[in-house]
Amino acid sequence: MSVTTPATNARKLQIGGIVWLALTIIVLAIGFYHACTAPTEATMGNLYRVFFYHFPHTILSFLFPYLNCFASFAFLYWRTRNPESAAKADAFALASAEATVLYASVGLATGMLWGRAAWGIWWTWDARLTTYLLLWLLYVSYLLVRRLSAAGQTEVISAVLAIFAAIDIPICFMSIRWWRTQHPAPVFGGSADSGIDPSMYPAVWWNLIAWLMWGIFIVGLRYAIERRRQRAASANALGFLYEDAALEAR
Amino acid sequence: MTTQQPSTVQPPTYAHFVLAHLRKDLRLEWRAKDSINGMLFFSLLVVVVFSLAFDPTAYPTIARQISGGLLWVGLLFAAMTALNQSWSRELRNQVLDAQRLAPSPASTLFLGKAAANFLFVTAVEIVLAPVFAVFYNLHPLGQTWLLLLVLPLGTWALVVNGTFFAALSLRTRNRELLLPLVLFPISLPALLAMIQATTDVLTGEFAPNLWIKVLFAYVVVFTTACLLLFETVLQAD
Repeated sequence: MSVTTPATNARKLQIGGIVWLALTIIVLAIGFYHACTAPTEATMGNLYRVFFYHFPHTILSFLFPYLNCFASFAFLYWRTRNPESAAKADAFALASAEATVLYASVGLATGMLWGRAAWGIWWTWDARLTTYLLLWLLYVSYLLVRRLSAAGQTEVISAVLAIFAAIDIPICFMSIRWWRTQHPAPVFGGSADSGIDPSMYPAVWWNLIAWLMWGIFIVGLRYAIERRRQRAASANALGFLYEDAALEAR
Repeated sequence: MTTQQPSTVQPPTYAHFVLAHLRKDLRLEWRAKDSINGMLFFSLLVVVVFSLAFDPTAYPTIARQISGGLLWVGLLFAAMTALNQSWSRELRNQVLDAQRLAPSPASTLFLGKAAANFLFVTAVEIVLAPVFAVFYNLHPLGQTWLLLLVLPLGTWALVVNGTFFAALSLRTRNRELLLPLVLFPISLPALLAMIQATTDVLTGEFAPNLWIKVLFAYVVVFTTACLLLFETVLQAD
């Protein structure tokens, strides 16, 4: 493996990334086309088209936390065994957490637009919205911890926090469901995706695929940037070490 | 044969270590009393400040409905002030480094400290609950004895995660800021359960059984997670 130079590998990855981005943009364009040409919905008119963006973002924002949790476990496993793999897992955990926050933010924003159009209010504390807001809060706090913690401990602290967050999500989900079913809940037509017209399927599926591809792209890009930062940081640290050694030798 | 003799043949058990840590924390608090005094006065202030938001004596029904939430929010804020202190004691004179070198299991340190914090917050609750009842003119309509179950469970739920995350954010910049940022989102299901259970007891409209179960499940799950992961946190760098 070490015979193939890192430079050629990086070059290959770069080209692969550009190709992937180009494909993603094409699929996004197809998705956009379908979203605009899908038949107008009976009650909401054109406003319902935000659903084609809301649906993929919310679905995918439940995928990235799992990746984050797996990466955090992998980090804790490799931490004392294989520092290089551990650094990779940590970079992936960061990338997937940022993607979670991004997708959940878009999901919240589009959901509020939808809610305003469908229900006449921006926000309601029903079970789904509350759980979703908590998911967003958990991962924002994860990112804040990464920023605020001291260098050298960030990885461990955030990995532990990611595991706690992943444990918290199902408990949250169940307890809020019980909360809102025990007390009288506002009767809003909860499931918008329960009965959509088959003519809207292409728009839904193309957009889901497109945003999944986009998610993979930004996670990959963010991972590459984080890996580069890690290498720069370790090179920096090594440089200091050599300087110290040089000073001592003098 | 007592545990005081270091030359005993039997190695100390897990419980010995936990008790030693607990005893040390209690003794420190007994001598300084700064955690409990701070928490007590702080929560008293919270009670007064909340009474400005609405008139509890004029609206007894509203008082019953919301004072469960107010009590827990006050306790949460008060506990926050003590949790940070409980670990920063260990930082002085590099005590924490000594703890990391100690041959006792790391989780005993955590368990001892969590138990100490639990006792401190419980002491505050014992003072605060009557104050709440008097100031907010509360006449609970449900089964009041259930509070004897809800209060300790809720306190442990707050304290176990609080102690854990205080240790987590111990060596970070902005320690005081970081703890609530991490603890509040994680504790939200527990807060929901304890507030709902307390409100159910006070209003008597629903049976709080479901929420006590949720709280119990939360406590079991997170106590386990804390015990398993504390070693990792203690040896974080």
